[in-house]
Amino acid sequence: MKKPYLNPYLAGAGIGLSLLASIFFFGQGLGASGTLMRGVTWVAKLLFPGHVEGNAYLAQLGGGGRDPLLNYLVFLFVGVVVGGFVSGLVSGRLKREINHGPRITPSQRIAFAMIGGFLFALGSRFARGCTSGVALSGGATLALGSWITMLVLFIVAYVAAFIFRKLWI
Amino acid sequence: MGPLSIALEWSSSSEFLGAFLVGIAFGFFLEQGGFGNARKLALTFYFRDMTVVKVMFTAIVVAMIGSLLLSHYGYLDMDAVWLNPTYLWSGLFGAVLMGFGFAIGGYCPGTAVVGCATLKTDAFFNIGGALLGMLFFGEIYPLVEKFYLSGHLGDRATLPAFFGISPGVVGAGVIVMALVLFIGSEALEAKFGKKEQ
Repeated sequence: MKKPYLNPYLAGAGIGLSLLASIFFFGQGLGASGTLMRGVTWVAKLLFPGHVEGNAYLAQLGGGGRDPLLNYLVFLFVGVVVGGFVSGLVSGRLKREINHGPRITPSQRIAFAMIGGFLFALGSRFARGCTSGVALSGGATLALGSWITMLVLFIVAYVAAFIFRKLWI
Repeated sequence: MGPLSIALEWSSSSEFLGAFLVGIAFGFFLEQGGFGNARKLALTFYFRDMTVVKVMFTAIVVAMIGSLLLSHYGYLDMDAVWLNPTYLWSGLFGAVLMGFGFAIGGYCPGTAVVGCATLKTDAFFNIGGALLGMLFFGEIYPLVEKFYLSGHLGDRATLPAFFGISPGVVGAGVIVMALVLFIGSEALEAKFGKKEQ
C-alpha cells in the first residue's frame, strides 16, 4: 500500500546527517552528476581510448591508467539507487508511471524530461556539480561559489518555471 | 580527528564501501521526502508544495551545524574536507542552464536517480538526456576550456573568508535565512497549496 511521504523536515535532517557522515568519515560531500560524466567517460575510453587521452577534461577523469569509475562518488551513486529502491519498496511507491502536469501528454512530458536532463547536465559541468554536489554539499561547507550558484539556480528556476508553467500546472 | 578516513589511513576499498552506505541513506531519505516524483518537485516553483525548499535547507543547516561544531571542538579539520572551488563565470552560466533544466525537466540528477530507482519512466528519459549532455560537454570542452577556467576566485573560497566574519556568525545567518524560508514556505503552501487537493 502507498504510504504518505515522510515529513519534509525529517527527510531533510536525514539527508543532512548523511552529508555530515560523508564529511566527518571521508572528508567528501555528496554528488550525483559527476558519476554520469564518469559513466560517459568510461564508455568513451572503452570505445575510443585515444580520444579520451586527447581531451583534457576526459583525460583528467579517465586518462592513462585511471579508471573513471573507481571514485568515491560513483560508489555513493550506486548506494543512492539502492536506498531509493528500498524506500520505494517499503513505502509502496515502486510504480511504473510518468508524472506530468494536467495540460500536457505523457509523450510531451518524456520529450521535455530529456531536454531538461540535457540542459541540467550541461550546466552541472560548467558549475562543477549539481544540486547535490554544489548546492547541498557546498552550501553546508559555506563554499563561496556554491552559494552564488545555488541562489542563481533557484532564481532562474522560478523564472523558467513561470515561462514553462504549462508543463506542470 | 576527522575526516577519519585520512586520520586513520583507511584503504580506498573501505572508503568505497562507506560511500555506498552513505549513498543508501541519502537515496532513502531523498525518496522518503518525495523527490522521486518530478511533478511534486516542480510544484515548488508554483508555491503549491514547498518540500524541495524545506528538505534542502534543513539538510544544509543540519550538516552545517554538525561540521561547525565538530570543527570548533577540534574533532574535524575542515581544511582536509573537500571544498567546492569558486569559478565565478562558469558557476553563474552553469546555474542558469541548471535553472532551466530543472524547470523544464522537473528533476535534478540526484532526484532523477531516485526516480529511476522507483521506476518513473520520465526519470529514465531525464537521465538519458543528462548522459547526452555530459557527452556534449566532454566534446565541446576544448572550445569552452578558457571560459570554464575563468573568474577563478580561489580553490577554498568560503563565505566567512570572503566577508571577513567568523564561520559561527555566517552559520547563524544561514540558520536565520532557513527559518525565514521555512515560515514563508508554510505560508505559501497554506495560500496556494489548496489547488492541489
